[in-house]
Amino acid sequence: MTDVAIVGAAETTELGKIPGMSQLQLHADAAFNTLADAGLSVGDIDGVATAGESPTGVAHYLGITPHWVDATAVGGCSFMIHVRHAVAAIQSGQCETVLITHGESGRSNIGRGGRPGGAATLAGQFEMPYGPVGAPTLFTLPVLRYMKDFGLTHEQLAMVAVVQRQWAGLNPRASFHDPITVDDVLNSRMIAYPFHLLECCLVTDGGGALILTAAERAKNFPQPPVYILGSGESVETPMISQMQDLTSSRAFRVAGSRAMADAGINHADVDHMMVYDAFAHLPIYGLEDLGFCQKGEAGSFIAEGNTAPGGCLPLNTNGGGLSFMHSGMYGMYALQESVRQIRGTAAAQVPDAQVSLCLGVGGMFGASGCVVLGNT
Amino acid sequence: MADPTSRPVPRPTPETQHYWDGTKVGELRLQRCDDCEEVYFPPRPFCPKCSSKSVTVFAASGLGTLHSYVINARPHPAWAQPYSIALVKLAEGPTLMSNVIGCPQTPEALELDMPLQVTFEELTETITLPLFKPSEARA
Repeated sequence: MTDVAIVGAAETTELGKIPGMSQLQLHADAAFNTLADAGLSVGDIDGVATAGESPTGVAHYLGITPHWVDATAVGGCSFMIHVRHAVAAIQSGQCETVLITHGESGRSNIGRGGRPGGAATLAGQFEMPYGPVGAPTLFTLPVLRYMKDFGLTHEQLAMVAVVQRQWAGLNPRASFHDPITVDDVLNSRMIAYPFHLLECCLVTDGGGALILTAAERAKNFPQPPVYILGSGESVETPMISQMQDLTSSRAFRVAGSRAMADAGINHADVDHMMVYDAFAHLPIYGLEDLGFCQKGEAGSFIAEGNTAPGGCLPLNTNGGGLSFMHSGMYGMYALQESVRQIRGTAAAQVPDAQVSLCLGVGGMFGASGCVVLGNT
Repeated sequence: MADPTSRPVPRPTPETQHYWDGTKVGELRLQRCDDCEEVYFPPRPFCPKCSSKSVTVFAASGLGTLHSYVINARPHPAWAQPYSIALVKLAEGPTLMSNVIGCPQTPEALELDMPLQVTFEELTETITLPLFKPSEARA
């Protein structure tokens, strides 16, 4: 028994052959019919689950700001699994109203996803023609706006890489150990102005995994328990050009504040922090969007050594995506480091780390998940 | 060597066709909600702010400002030299990606918040891209 019910259900207006709608619009058509069936409006929806299309694309298309998404895509049974996840999420209070959509232009093949950047996708029409070459030319786009609005300097941006190399120097498993200077960073090869090579993540091979179980059983395992104190998630946009604010990630703000409220912690409770650093500006955005720094102050906060070894807020203590490793989807490695810190087994162990906050990004400021871990 | 024909060519969908029909005849078309007056991009047949399906396509002014950019130094088959990938904030509100042309592709020439105006570049028989150049009528 659960306390959750399906309150709306409908199909697309037509079935069979629908050449007048893209696959994405089929999702919208089904969504609006179902909202009508339930007597709800888009503003009532705070969770989105889908497969085939991304929940990022569906939420952005419909104008939803969710704080729960499930992109579980394991074939035709995915939507049943979405329901199951939604029940769990709703019972635990992660969200209140979940919209699960399906749409597939299987016959007419209009605007059908599958390959990222397909010419009929929104990104294929409105971003790819202008010449982006992967994440280094897209994820980096907001930064000049941030620099002008808040006075961040090239040297401060470079210091993010310098400080993380200090941590990497303490970690035998890091890809790079040798210290670097601001000049080293600014003299490294230009990738996409204003980003130099050393401000961009590594590209390496690797993997990781986690096993979770009920807290009441956790003490029966050999390792000390690492409790999940809280978590949060959100999406904003499938296209970085459509961020609401280039100086702040809405997904960071929603996911981060949710995770901290869920955990019942304030900023002073965080002993250790990870912010997914695909590029050097990510820790700056993460610290500000989660309220660890005032807007515009994270660059100097990092440059002054506050997140470095011995600093008041140890950040990316494995060396991060800039110096430890980055396989493409780095979030697992950030979680592994948070677990090690709480267990007390990290290479660069933070003394008496009791609470670790781990902030991940998805896509290019497209999504975020945030987890707070603790030892009690 | 750069091969401009290797530039990715958009493929319109029913919801975006009006946009690409517009660029072909020298218009940058946006949509405005008839109910809440939100002007939005990219195209869709409903308002992303209030969900109203009563929306109107209109020709934008083509004016905007340089909101942010990078200068790509990574190889792309369609470009021989580093080039700007820009975010242009349109006078009507929405932001879109484009390239700034008609000026050196340097941080000195590409000044944030500089006024821009749209210019159109024919890519194929059916697709014309909206690009931006420094505005002749500087505010």
